[in-house]
Amino acid sequence: MNIHEYQTKDLLKHYGVPVPPGRVVHTDAQAATVAEEIGGSRWVVKAQIHSGGRGKAGGVRIGNSIDEVRVIANEIIGSLLVTHQTGAEGRLVRRVLVEQASNIMREYYVGLIIDRATRRITLVASAEGGVEIEVVAKQTPERIIREVIDPAVGLLDFQCRKVAYKVGLKGALLPQAVKVMKGLYRCMRDNDAIMAEINPLAIVDNDQLLALDAKMTFDDNALYRRPTITELRDFDEEDPKEVEATGHGLNYIALDGDVGCIVNGAGLAMATMDAITLQGGKPANFLDVGGGATPEKVANAFRIVLQDPAVKIILINIFAGINRCDWIATGIIQAMRDQNIKMPIIVRLAGTNVEEGRAILNASNFPFIIASNLTDAAAKAVTEVNNIAQKATPPKKEHS
Amino acid sequence: MSVLLNKDSHVIFQGFTGQHATFHAEEAMKIGTKVVGGVTPGKGGTQHLGLPVFDTVEEAVQATGADVSGIFAPPPFAADAIMEAIDAGIKTIVVIADGIPVQDMVRVERYRLGTNSIIIGPNTPGIITPGVGKVGIMPSHIYSPGRIGIVSRSGTLNYEAVAQMSDLGLGQSSSIGIGGDPVNGTDFATVLKAFEDDPETDAVLMIGEIGGPQEVDAARWAKKNMRKPLIGYVAGLSAPPGRRMGHAGAIISSEADTATAKIDMMEALGMFVVRNPADIGATVLRAIKS
Repeated sequence: MNIHEYQTKDLLKHYGVPVPPGRVVHTDAQAATVAEEIGGSRWVVKAQIHSGGRGKAGGVRIGNSIDEVRVIANEIIGSLLVTHQTGAEGRLVRRVLVEQASNIMREYYVGLIIDRATRRITLVASAEGGVEIEVVAKQTPERIIREVIDPAVGLLDFQCRKVAYKVGLKGALLPQAVKVMKGLYRCMRDNDAIMAEINPLAIVDNDQLLALDAKMTFDDNALYRRPTITELRDFDEEDPKEVEATGHGLNYIALDGDVGCIVNGAGLAMATMDAITLQGGKPANFLDVGGGATPEKVANAFRIVLQDPAVKIILINIFAGINRCDWIATGIIQAMRDQNIKMPIIVRLAGTNVEEGRAILNASNFPFIIASNLTDAAAKAVTEVNNIAQKATPPKKEHS
Repeated sequence: MSVLLNKDSHVIFQGFTGQHATFHAEEAMKIGTKVVGGVTPGKGGTQHLGLPVFDTVEEAVQATGADVSGIFAPPPFAADAIMEAIDAGIKTIVVIADGIPVQDMVRVERYRLGTNSIIIGPNTPGIITPGVGKVGIMPSHIYSPGRIGIVSRSGTLNYEAVAQMSDLGLGQSSSIGIGGDPVNGTDFATVLKAFEDDPETDAVLMIGEIGGPQEVDAARWAKKNMRKPLIGYVAGLSAPPGRRMGHAGAIISSEADTATAKIDMMEALGMFVVRNPADIGATVLRAIKS
């Protein structure tokens, strides 16, 4: 789960990480009031959406007077911000963070990740602040400093000092850097985050370190024990189909093709998408119905997939282990009947109770296209989609 | 495979009397797995499926000589159950739960250091050695005894591969799911080593997916250390970056995480690679004939 920048900064403040004075607002009038209250002579107005690249998209702007802050806030709030992560349709900005603008001398990167190779939380830092760390890692990997953290003792002062010296945070900045790193680590550990980063961590006037931007991602599997984090969830930032799917115990991710997919298991769901792609088709979604799928769950899967207007056909690929093909078949028939589905449905069933499942499909009067294996299923799906596309092109009128 | 689950393995189940553990313990016993009891705190001294139930893993090990445990505790309690098994000296710990907080697994892995325990999973269908037994939730009837080792992150994709192999008359020496989580107990390379040392395995199929460095690390290890043919597939060619594709660990965070990057690297390191998931069985056959 992701949260907004202002929420991350509120959290970090509690862990002793210094952030610029500021507040989140929903209107331009509030923006002007907040600018006046926090004081100063320059302010930064920042669009609050769950996306990187807000600055380049015009979602982060400086106001040199209260009036300018009001005008900028007016322009940003209610606008659609298009970044490299939002897609072409952009994301509606509902609120902005108004902060005192800082006089930046230098920028750094400090972050924590769960490193899969060492199976530990790892502190990552770089003197190349303000740049995405992936870019630094690719272009100048030697400029990235890493320190692996032993969970038995946590992040130690000396480790912070090592990292701070290596990126060039010395003198009066050193104790501040240690405080920032330890605060970030405790915040990550105590709240079950899986990623936390301050980028940039800036040196501003009078040798002060300040977290100018920050991002955290939380472990969905640990939200049950983090009620205060769960409250920070913003459903406006998520695909409503994906939210509904999660509520039904399904795993759904919208893609931009036209072949709807209903599969059991994450790996097989990905492989099915791959098989469709390799046949020249385009999957409309990733959907994993999970283990022990009841007929109701299968019917819900249909409902979610069909909410996407681009879907022209549906491919069902089930390899039942703890699932049962007869239950899946019953769910398919329920969905066909209750949701009045007319589009072609390709079904591949294998595994537990496959004979019973096929018998249920055969006994119905729906014209299912039965596939014998994965290749067959993908090939039939792509053939059907192409047929529909050809029919959609109106035939030339003949002269009478 | 002899290292992880063989005919001498004594298996217990943690969370034994629960619905899932009961069902899968019965399934395991049907195919000959030597199940010797189970653990459910508070139910020690009773019988379940005609076997003794213990309050603690320590007691179960002392009474039965158990060396393999299938953990069926739900995600919030799984980390504690794993560490209890490590503490009791269980050698092979199979963790089925999907949804264990990742920082719990970071702590579990720390706790495991310096012990002889091997953790398979979490979020795994488990281990099956056809003809010997299983600890897990896979449908045993699709597997058949043979000489191909399988190691995979995904469960159902493992079944898909087995079905394709069965169509070509190829059976399995063992099939091991290392699980779909970002922090898991056993990585590909560890399992490859076990298969390389196993006299009953002729070739190994490794089924990976997007996210993480494991597949390429394993391919590097294999280039240096493995003589048996190694076949690789990576699911998620068409997965968008930055999205978690069902499995907590299946996410493209950098270019190296993509299916194409991993497959290309595996090919460059001399593996037999499968680019189309429909060709898994055929590629395994081609590899053992070469």
